[in-house]
Amino acid sequence: MCLDCGCAPKDHHHHHDHDHRHEHGKGKTLTIEEDLLGKNNRLAAANRARFAAHRLLVLNLVSSPGSGKTSILERTLSDLKNVLRFAVLEGDQQTANDAERIAATGVPAHQINTGAGCHLDAHMVGHGVDHFDLAACDILMIENVGNLVCPAGFDLGEDHKVAVLSITEGEDKPLKYPQMFQAADLLLINKLDLLPHLRFDLEKCREFARRVNPRLEIIELSCENGEGMERWYAWLREQVGKKKNQKP
Amino acid sequence: MHEVAITRSIIDICEETARRRGATTVRGVTVEIGELSGVVPEAVEFCFEACGKGTVLEGAALVIQRIPGRGRCNACGEEFPMDNQTFTCPACGDFPPRRVSGEELRVKEMEID
Repeated sequence: MCLDCGCAPKDHHHHHDHDHRHEHGKGKTLTIEEDLLGKNNRLAAANRARFAAHRLLVLNLVSSPGSGKTSILERTLSDLKNVLRFAVLEGDQQTANDAERIAATGVPAHQINTGAGCHLDAHMVGHGVDHFDLAACDILMIENVGNLVCPAGFDLGEDHKVAVLSITEGEDKPLKYPQMFQAADLLLINKLDLLPHLRFDLEKCREFARRVNPRLEIIELSCENGEGMERWYAWLREQVGKKKNQKP
Repeated sequence: MHEVAITRSIIDICEETARRRGATTVRGVTVEIGELSGVVPEAVEFCFEACGKGTVLEGAALVIQRIPGRGRCNACGEEFPMDNQTFTCPACGDFPPRRVSGEELRVKEMEID
């Protein structure tokens, strides 16, 4: 049974309608004033408290499908798994392909299939992490469903959203999908090795991303030839260091 | 279509409230959706009928109140209408402006028998 989320039959109540009736026609009007994301936000706060107790760095990777999130993870895990302890939650509508790819690196991985769902939510993540020994982890990577729209609004309890944009997608994605880039703290611009073959204006892409979110950090990299990966690893090590120094 | 998840949470909140008040029929529900919330009111309307089937909300009227987006400049204090493409203050050019309204996603009230 789940203590936090109320998926058990007799759950706790969070609702607080007031005894505040007005007559409207024949019916009775109840004032509710309840946030539609309230339940998700409460569960995200519970996740965050649980992660903090383990001083665990949690990243929520968001992007359109095919930007290279899983490939970036594969290379990162292979390069850093002897230095940092990872666990990976994979979100996709269907298949366990990504979790299998991650598991092949030797890092604990668990697949969440959302079915028709277009994003992970805090409830799914809360149950997903039950598959890991969080005390034995430094970083939890949550690879969200590939989608530049819906995951932006759903807090999972992460420390940072990391957006991935590959240069095959076009430099104006931050302007077209501003909410996702506003919600992110770090942008990884991936597939840099393809730059000579594409009409992609890197400078413009950076400018568009910073117009939408001036405090966004940006790292350009290629998980194919390894260019720029060291900057990403340095960022990860820095964040883990900050986390370890935080009071739980 | 995260509007499916949003619509389900409208229904969850109403069902829970109706259960505790002993109401078997909900006549209508009023929801506030801000223009900067990333939720499309038309898509919620579309989902509402399908998601409401077999619940106390079957046949209930859905009223959506749209809350316009407004921003305030952190530098000069100017207040102005904003949408998802407003990244700078129209008066002084400073960015990013603070969102003062338009991110609402709330069940405001419901009418029961």
